[in-house]
Amino acid sequence: MTDISVNPAPRELLKLVVVGHVDHGKSTLVGRLLYDTDALPDGKLEELQAISAKRGMALEWSFVLDSFQAERDQAVTIDTTQIRFKTDKRDYVIIDAPGHREFLKNMVSGAAEADAAVLVIDAAEGVREQSRRHGYLLHLLGVRQVAVVVNKMDLVDHDQARFAEVAREVTEYLAGIGVEPAAILPIAARDGANVANSSPELSWFEGPRLLEMLDRFQSVTRPGLQPLRLPIQDVYHFDERRILVGRVESGVLRAGDTVLFSPSNKTARVRSLEAWNAEPPLEAHAGQSVGLTLEEQLFLERGEVMSHEQRPPQLTNVFKSTLFWLGRGTLEPGQKLTAKLGTARYPVEVVAIEQTIDTDSLERRSGESLQRNGIGEAVLRSRALMAVDESQALPHSGRFVLLDGLDLVGGGLISMEGYPDQRSVMQVRASNVFSVEHGVSREERWSRSGHKGGVIWLTGLSGAGKSTLAMALERLLFERGYQVYVLDGDNVRRGLNANLGFSPKDRAENIRRVGEAAALFADSGAVCITAFISPYQSDRDRARAATERLVPGSFHEIHVAADLATCEQRDPKGLYKKARAGKIADFTGVSAPYEPPRDPDFVVDTDALSIEDGVAQLLEFCRSRIAFDPPKNR
Amino acid sequence: MDRLDHLESQSIFILREAYARLDPLSMLWSLGKDSNVMVWLARKAFFGRVPFPVVLLDTGNELDEVYAFRDEYVKTWDLNYINAECPALEETDPTLPLNSRQAARKTLGLKRIIADRGFQGIFLGIRRDEQAVRGKERVFSPRDESGTWDYKDQPAEFWDQYKTEIPPDAHLRIHPLLAWTEVDIWRYIQRERIPVVPLYFARDGWRYRSLGEKDITRPIRSDASTIEEIIAELETTRQPERAGRTMDHDSEDAFERLRASGYM
Repeated sequence: MTDISVNPAPRELLKLVVVGHVDHGKSTLVGRLLYDTDALPDGKLEELQAISAKRGMALEWSFVLDSFQAERDQAVTIDTTQIRFKTDKRDYVIIDAPGHREFLKNMVSGAAEADAAVLVIDAAEGVREQSRRHGYLLHLLGVRQVAVVVNKMDLVDHDQARFAEVAREVTEYLAGIGVEPAAILPIAARDGANVANSSPELSWFEGPRLLEMLDRFQSVTRPGLQPLRLPIQDVYHFDERRILVGRVESGVLRAGDTVLFSPSNKTARVRSLEAWNAEPPLEAHAGQSVGLTLEEQLFLERGEVMSHEQRPPQLTNVFKSTLFWLGRGTLEPGQKLTAKLGTARYPVEVVAIEQTIDTDSLERRSGESLQRNGIGEAVLRSRALMAVDESQALPHSGRFVLLDGLDLVGGGLISMEGYPDQRSVMQVRASNVFSVEHGVSREERWSRSGHKGGVIWLTGLSGAGKSTLAMALERLLFERGYQVYVLDGDNVRRGLNANLGFSPKDRAENIRRVGEAAALFADSGAVCITAFISPYQSDRDRARAATERLVPGSFHEIHVAADLATCEQRDPKGLYKKARAGKIADFTGVSAPYEPPRDPDFVVDTDALSIEDGVAQLLEFCRSRIAFDPPKNR
Repeated sequence: MDRLDHLESQSIFILREAYARLDPLSMLWSLGKDSNVMVWLARKAFFGRVPFPVVLLDTGNELDEVYAFRDEYVKTWDLNYINAECPALEETDPTLPLNSRQAARKTLGLKRIIADRGFQGIFLGIRRDEQAVRGKERVFSPRDESGTWDYKDQPAEFWDQYKTEIPPDAHLRIHPLLAWTEVDIWRYIQRERIPVVPLYFARDGWRYRSLGEKDITRPIRSDASTIEEIIAELETTRQPERAGRTMDHDSEDAFERLRASGYM
């Protein structure tokens, strides 16, 4: 075969969003653009004419888009839709966004991915509430190229002065939000005036026709010169390779690069980029979905952000944001939501709503809550460290969305102005899974849980109230946000110490293991409360040593004191009775000694105090001992 | 990156997002050109394998060449294949027009397999440019337990943050090809040398542009017998892609009704 037919290269595609106030003629403009660019399929025009006639109306260009029965009946556009046309220069896809205020989420869904926008304004009505609002949102969503069309010029007799008036009005508003329109054009979409063709009535206008204007827009590409950001989507182990996958959001990644993962703060070298059915690439550019392997076997999860060591993302657990709120209720301080940044998810709390922004007047007011569809500035805090970027510098990694339960309820742009980068306080870099050294420092654990780890060791006679105090204290600490857990005979004897009996040797071993387990809890950053008689000072000293070895200063020996007579009278489990009857051997206080602590850190006298008062005292003691004030930056 | 690179990268991103967040997953494999591209993209995304089952909604009425293609590529591509048999015509909504009822068998088959297997997510190869109603779709599109599409209250979807949180018994339809056009599909098939059912290529002046069941799909007049010729034909045609799919044209809102009740 010598006759090889080669198709021309695929054409460039520009994504265009059309926005504006309700009834200012967005759908009509889109319908007309399709007609003028010969983009209507065969039969569509006839279908439109038929439908319009059936409804007793003149030809309605907007019916092109209104492909839902429900929409036709209400004569409004319900949801974003996408329609294509082409010019000599390239292909276009139009994202038609609705003007109704309550349909903000649909407008946001359509507009966020556009390369450029057309803002439609009715020549007679001028700039209206949604014209401003949509302009503001375009800016917030990151659409930088905007053309303004002053539509329905036929309704104002193609009056040049009226056009100039509306143009001035819109220019002023857009200047207020830092947007400079690429052009402001008078058109009459219904007649096609100045859309594809010039019109004698608008001959006074010397600027371009709309289609010419559209062809001047640039299709947006992700910049390669920015710092590398690659949020990890997943880690695959389909075969002997361990492949990290994700999309390069900015910058360039090359095989052999040393990379840094955030927020874990680990470093590694990229061994290879991986591909199927193709040569493995040597580098990956912004916008590309890639797979890669590392030289080191790091434990990494979805949500980590890969960067180079130079110009990494910032680490923080608090940031300020300009956000738009789509939730059904109001957004208020104290509200707990989930923030999705790239592929990461962080539980966050609204610390403050600092300002609300009136998109009509651009007025900023101090506010305490954001109404549905409101825009404002809020401070969000997370318990975990988050990897973030300044949205001004890196739009793709400097923005986030908010989830409330199952629903996406907002989006925002991150500002770190006034907040320090917390990477400087992190100590450990580069650790791998084969090392025994933790990659997480004690301060990092404490900083996350908001308190130190520690052991609250309760000792005392059977019936003194150790278990009751332990459980009540656990509850109170838990409710105050502490990571806390009780070890007692019930949960320890069942598993960890299931092989131990009640001989003196086994009892000593029982306490030794509890001491070691409690020490590990303390080292993990948790508060561990133990409730064992632990009658011998030597056993308790050994438990103290186990904890102090790992976390100095965090073992607290509490004497739960009560007279033997009181305990024997309480006898909650009937054990004293059995011991007196000789049915239990070596029972502390009856047939075996109890050594009260020589130098307890705290004493709770359950003879003198009610349980409530005893717990309250103990709670205060604990809070003073395990409080943690993170080091202040600046 | 050219246009196909962008589309490919975005689709792979979508496939991987779903795979990271939803389990169990499956992919509808209608055996048409679009779903073959989708399977191909999955193999790219997951380095040569498709790590979830592919499902054919089988009415027993597919064209013979379609079944032959299936038998060959289940083996060649090492697919975990599920043949989901669709309920009989009698079980469909009798108020729908006849051709739509044929299509509604697939809706029932789809609902049944989702319920049987408890799929959280199912990939479908629909495209926005195919049909106006599909133009309204989200990439991650939630369906309640009855499969209903609440097109008036769709979730917000922007900045590539997709909805992956759903109540129990609901599922997500995931549309990795939503942004592709028919020509994009053919250009990609050409670039990647993806096999397709031979019925797409003209014989004796007729070819299938869209493949459906025997009784409700018709070929179009065409001399395009190679991929190059098909691309050239599509660059200039004014006929809609689904002109040969009779179910779309029963009444003004036939397809919309089918979709609202759970059709692909």
